[in-house]
Amino acid sequence: MEGIKDKVAIVGMGCTKFGENWQKNVDDLIVNAAYEAYQDAGIEQKDIQAAWFGTTRLITGENLAGVLKFDYIPVTRVENLCATASDALRNAAFAIAAGVYDLVLVVGADKLKDLGTGGLDSAEILPTARVDYPGVAPAHFFARMATRYMHHHGLTYEELKQTLSKIAVKNHHNGSLNPKAHFQREITLEQAIKAPTISWPLGLFDACGVSDGAAAAVLTRADMAKNFRDDYILIKGLGLATGARQGFLQDDCEMAHMEETLRASRQAFEMAGIKNPLEEIDLAEVHDCFTITELVICEDLGFCPPGKAKEFIDAGVFELNGKLAVNPDGGLKCFGHPLGATGLRMVYEIYKQMQGKAGPRQRKHPRLGMTHNHGMNPGSGVGSVTILGQRD
Amino acid sequence: MAVAAALDCLDGSDRNAMDGLFFASTTAPYKEKLTVTTAAIACDLRNDILTVNFANSLRAGTAALRTALDTVKAGSTSNLLVTVSDCGRLGQPRDSFDQNNGDGAAAFVIGDRDVIATIEACDSLSNEMLDVWRLDCGRYLRAWEDRFVIEEGFFKVIPGAITAFLKKRSLAAKEISKVVLYAPDRRRHGDMAKKLGFASDQVQDALFGKMGNTWAAFSPMLLMAALEEAKPDDTILVVGYGNGVDILLLKVTENIGKVKGKRGIKRNLAVKLTIRDYETYLGFRHSPPEGNLYPPGRPSASAILRDRDAIFRLYAGKCKTCGTVQYPPQRICSRCRAMDSMESVRLSDRKAKLFTYTLDNLAQIPAYDLPMVDSIINFEGGGRGCFQMTDRDPREVKVGMEVEMTFRKLHSAYEMNNYFWKCTPVREAGHTKEST
Repeated sequence: MEGIKDKVAIVGMGCTKFGENWQKNVDDLIVNAAYEAYQDAGIEQKDIQAAWFGTTRLITGENLAGVLKFDYIPVTRVENLCATASDALRNAAFAIAAGVYDLVLVVGADKLKDLGTGGLDSAEILPTARVDYPGVAPAHFFARMATRYMHHHGLTYEELKQTLSKIAVKNHHNGSLNPKAHFQREITLEQAIKAPTISWPLGLFDACGVSDGAAAAVLTRADMAKNFRDDYILIKGLGLATGARQGFLQDDCEMAHMEETLRASRQAFEMAGIKNPLEEIDLAEVHDCFTITELVICEDLGFCPPGKAKEFIDAGVFELNGKLAVNPDGGLKCFGHPLGATGLRMVYEIYKQMQGKAGPRQRKHPRLGMTHNHGMNPGSGVGSVTILGQRD
Repeated sequence: MAVAAALDCLDGSDRNAMDGLFFASTTAPYKEKLTVTTAAIACDLRNDILTVNFANSLRAGTAALRTALDTVKAGSTSNLLVTVSDCGRLGQPRDSFDQNNGDGAAAFVIGDRDVIATIEACDSLSNEMLDVWRLDCGRYLRAWEDRFVIEEGFFKVIPGAITAFLKKRSLAAKEISKVVLYAPDRRRHGDMAKKLGFASDQVQDALFGKMGNTWAAFSPMLLMAALEEAKPDDTILVVGYGNGVDILLLKVTENIGKVKGKRGIKRNLAVKLTIRDYETYLGFRHSPPEGNLYPPGRPSASAILRDRDAIFRLYAGKCKTCGTVQYPPQRICSRCRAMDSMESVRLSDRKAKLFTYTLDNLAQIPAYDLPMVDSIINFEGGGRGCFQMTDRDPREVKVGMEVEMTFRKLHSAYEMNNYFWKCTPVREAGHTKEST
């Protein structure tokens, strides 16, 4: 198995402002993200040979072609829960690595603020007639994991709340430095701790924004990347793991971690040759749909041992100026979470950081970064890891 | 409730021995579509059984009991399960009817051997009278003037029927050990007993202050309460009323001593959970289902049919190769990946422990029922499931607490009822708490 390391380069990216874009259609978001990416790569749309479209709501690839007016090129629609955009990127990368195409476009987009509900609607993503999931919402998946985490690692509610609130404060700080983020306001620890409970033990500031947004990337072969720009970045590893409902079907599955994340990261780290992620990775955009998710991800990705995230968070290891910046752009928490766009938005931050264009959030000379997504329940979901690095 | 009462009645006995199920109620959830078949499958009874709905009258319960007796006597069935339930028979909010209103259910097996009581005699009387009614499309109960309903109906019809019943069998009122009387309220119950010449110690406590009037289920529930206190050779006279009268005379046998472990009336009342306030009650009983801000998705009748053993019987699959119990049943075993190696195991009568949960304040259910307790439970003997927890005080919910299964209507939408199981804390006496 050869892997993907250093075969595919990202030479252009675009990302809209995420948030409540009441005045913008999803078409507007797609056009804005794609044209920013074309301009960034210095190409025209006619140079694109194939496209992948990540979206959870728009059903077909025809939507992308119809909006951008492609000239009969292949378009593939990808859906993979919260890893939708990452999986679109992954499949596009495989096509480049296979040598089938030289230049492709990946777009991720979703418009959630036309749903008419404050959170995500459970009915549309879960079959209600089946007995597997009797009408539960995304907050439940992670609130139940939080309850279990407390029980499994012997944390009190107060200890957990304090730790989760620190994550929210960090991500709000990072988001306040990001003009494209949905939420750009700092919060205090006290605000987060005292916020109303949404789905116990999770409160208002434990939940990410439900947003509209789109992001796009232009991919090419690594050996052709220099034709487009000097500061391109390279895909170093790709991992994707899908649970087989072990969380519900095996009554000894402990649900205090996410096996999908662990397995996806093993695949990606191996491809990228990463032995010690905490030492080697400079920044990580991870799937903090809820603060508990970020906490558990840090353990599952090996940034800290299981049950020890609290100590690392207390020590500030994952802050913007910490040893390993986690969610430097504000994360799902503050950048927002249009499901089909999120994975590419994460790559956008890593890309800009590597190019030194991250403004007040800029880390010093990052060499290696990663993105991570997790969708649905631990043990019946999907985990995705993408490792990205500077060119040599 | 019909299923809960039936399962309490069946507890420990052979469900395959039941040759039929009668369901009686004035509040069946469908005008057309049997409720009894839903109850039968939830009770995990055989399919080749007699299933009948009794409806339209407060006498539905006693009529079902009498018909079950005659059916068994006729020899076409050996054991008939009768479950009587009323839930949500509504008057106008805040009227006197609402104060008195109760929901409840009772179930009995009518059989031809080893009985705890023999039914010695029955009489019925038909009485055409428009005293209390609900139109087929009506939500609330209508009644003619109270004095007419009581004086011309209740106090006239029942005494006449009972006097005739006793006279026909040369029985005196004082020879009856216990009389189970239907009455609309506490005052009329006392007046009727006096009028009939029964001494107060002969009259079964009507439990108005504890369970309210449970309508069609009222006399059957009081019969159960009487049986809980009965001694061998006691005689119990049961009266059902509504467009006529049903009278049953029971004689308790030695087997009454063998009935153990049932929740019945006494244990259920001892562990009752009080609803927080009248507004909460109004929400549960008087909110129209279409008032739900977030209507749930339309249940699929074809999907429910295919998965009916998993949904209604709560069958899990147990892998014959590795023994892992999995819910819902799988084609491929989650642990050993053996294909098509599952045997069915019933989870509905197993206790379970709460594995993890969340209390959702924003769940898309009516606000008076928040927080929704979404739980994942591990069953005794293996298997895990994801269920809502009901009849709970959110403050008592803890990882590791013991729960049991209860058959419920998840919701009504698109003029369809969606039934499934929920879990509920296992309650023991001395635990009465206020719900929040």
